Amino acid sequence: MLDKILPYLLAGVSVGGQYALIAIGYTMVYGILRLINFAHGDIFTVAGFVMVYAAATMPLSVSIPLTIVLTVILGVLVEKVAYRPLRSAPRMSVMISAIGMSYLLQNSMWYLTGGLAKQYPVLPWISDRVNVAGTTTSRVTIITPFLTILLVAALVLLIKRTKIGMAMRAASRDFETAQLMGIKINNVISFTFVVGSFLAAVGSMLYFSNYATVTPTVGAMPGLKAFVAAVFGGIGSIPGAVIGGFIIGICESLIKGSGLTTFSDAFTFALLIVILAVKPTGLFGENLTEKV
Amino acid sequence: MIKKNDHKKAWIALMIAVAVLVLVGALDNLPHVPSMLLTVLQKGAIYALVAVSMNLLNGFTGLFSLGQAGFMLLGAYTYAVLTVPVERQASVYQRYEGGGLGFSVTQSLGNSMGQFGVFLGVVLCLILAGCVAGFFAWLIGLPVLKLKSDYLAIATLGFAEIIRAVVMYEELGPVTNGSNLLYGFTNFTDFHLGSLKLTTVMPFLFAGLCILVVVLLINSTYGRAFKAIRDDEVAAEAMGINLAKHKRMSFMISSFFAGISGALLAMFQASVQASAFKAAMTYEILLIVVIGGIGSITGSVIASFLFVGCSEWGLRFLDNETTLKNFDAKVKFAVIFGILIAAVVAFGLLSMKRKGEKLITRAAQGRPTVRWGAVLGLAVAAIALLWDVWFVISPRLKLPLLRSGFRMVVFSVVIMIMVLFFREGIMGDKELWDLGKKKRSAKAKAGVGNE
Repeated sequence: MLDKILPYLLAGVSVGGQYALIAIGYTMVYGILRLINFAHGDIFTVAGFVMVYAAATMPLSVSIPLTIVLTVILGVLVEKVAYRPLRSAPRMSVMISAIGMSYLLQNSMWYLTGGLAKQYPVLPWISDRVNVAGTTTSRVTIITPFLTILLVAALVLLIKRTKIGMAMRAASRDFETAQLMGIKINNVISFTFVVGSFLAAVGSMLYFSNYATVTPTVGAMPGLKAFVAAVFGGIGSIPGAVIGGFIIGICESLIKGSGLTTFSDAFTFALLIVILAVKPTGLFGENLTEKV
Repeated sequence: MIKKNDHKKAWIALMIAVAVLVLVGALDNLPHVPSMLLTVLQKGAIYALVAVSMNLLNGFTGLFSLGQAGFMLLGAYTYAVLTVPVERQASVYQRYEGGGLGFSVTQSLGNSMGQFGVFLGVVLCLILAGCVAGFFAWLIGLPVLKLKSDYLAIATLGFAEIIRAVVMYEELGPVTNGSNLLYGFTNFTDFHLGSLKLTTVMPFLFAGLCILVVVLLINSTYGRAFKAIRDDEVAAEAMGINLAKHKRMSFMISSFFAGISGALLAMFQASVQASAFKAAMTYEILLIVVIGGIGSITGSVIASFLFVGCSEWGLRFLDNETTLKNFDAKVKFAVIFGILIAAVVAFGLLSMKRKGEKLITRAAQGRPTVRWGAVLGLAVAAIALLWDVWFVISPRLKLPLLRSGFRMVVFSVVIMIMVLFFREGIMGDKELWDLGKKKRSAKAKAGVGNE
């Protein structure tokens, strides 16, 4: 029994860790701006493409940091161009802008890459096959959960212990008051996008090492699922997003294992609708009272 | 007095509608009409209906829903499954032994009543398609409509994905044909009046009737209740509007028409496949609504034709690699390009001037504020003009950048500019027939001010 489930469980934990890394970007941005950053999934894809092109011409020791840096720059740029001018606009406008940005990024990627699926470079060591309890799997499967937890621990420390982390907490608690207290809100938001994009870049390396090909629209689905993970864990909560990511990853993988592959995506969204109907604040979300 | 006026308006509207149908019918049958034009008209009419249905929800009721593609999928499949001719079911459902319903609504009615029977069958199936979408809207609305803005958006988006997965489910294959194409069903080319083709008239007729219903609805008590909910939920509730009931109603009606438009889209394509109805489709429709103006029916209609026209036809040339023939052609191109850039810059500067904005505002104290967006725009324009001049001088004849995919990039950049700088869209929340009125009332106001 266990040896049948184990490969799916391992794959689930791995993909769950990747969702978690993307979900953090969603949950942090939502925590501060109250905005679903629809372009986040596409930033994740761009990271995949940058890696494809960078690794073709440069050694990995250069291309990995380059990918991360470019992704971070893109994330910050998206915020500056598409969200900052609409800071005082109604929430719907900002969301539409996010959707437009996602559309733009997808179309640009299609144009620049010719729309064909690109082979993701093989990262040595982490792509190696290893034996775990009788099943072979690539090392990235094993590493992902640990790397995820390590990164999250670092992030939590950053938010709890540093000055910029304190500013982020203040901004997510109350945007306007934080501004009045002398917090440079634009810097805080930019920093949030830096962290989110950094984690998306790392997540994309792990994800594409498993899936091997990158296409312009490949990020849309993991992006949406990561968002569901963020909602499931309680939007604005980082541990919530991580736990949500792992739960969704594992469930999805087990559903695939039971032969109902068509429903693995549907399950995620059914879970979303159930959690929104039963407990809209998610597992760890704070209860916001709506003011009239 | 008012009633008489209304009668007059109704007559004018009817005349215009008939004129449009006659014109479209003429285009259908005249020789030398580019087929692309007909495609644009057909698809534009269908997209106009979806955009209006989405606008009813997002623009008039203030419910931000992203489930449109899902409801269109339901409508399209309902229609297609019901109208695949019996003798073709074996080949359409070849992967599923004994698949298909074993009857076809349009075929049975057509056999007994001829062309009119086919028409009746199509109308019947369209209404059924809408009803199926509306029913699922009711079902999903039960848990989802309580949610606020972005949660509602993501829940409806998720719902659309669930629908897609269910339709593609292997076990439902005998009905939905799984993830394979459905084709062969009654489509627009099957409509004739004698020897007259009605291929383009039909989508105009169906979409026009549905949009008319939406317009009438919006101007009714229910429509006013929707707008009240959009403007302020709490105040609307205090005025005695049943929030749950009206939201549900708006959601169901919007989905009903989305279902119909899905069926029309299936007819237009003459085939339907679940994998086409992705979230990207909903996003496209949302962008149409935004371009037209959230809360304007005519805006949505105009934007649909613009959107479809540009993406299918007008901007096609951007997708083709082009090499100019000779130097004269190059000069011609450069002049047109330069004028285009100049026009855009002039338009931008004019609209800034109208709003009373300046590039650099000098404050009495402190640093002057600079509009970096406008400065950046000017810089881009300057670079484009410099490139233009360089291109004329250089010996190259091949136009740069133009290749497959460039059209969509230009398109999405234009949309982003619209979203960021012209948030009201083409029409704002005005209708075409309000335009004259507004000017008059503005004049009246100005007159009062002068006195």
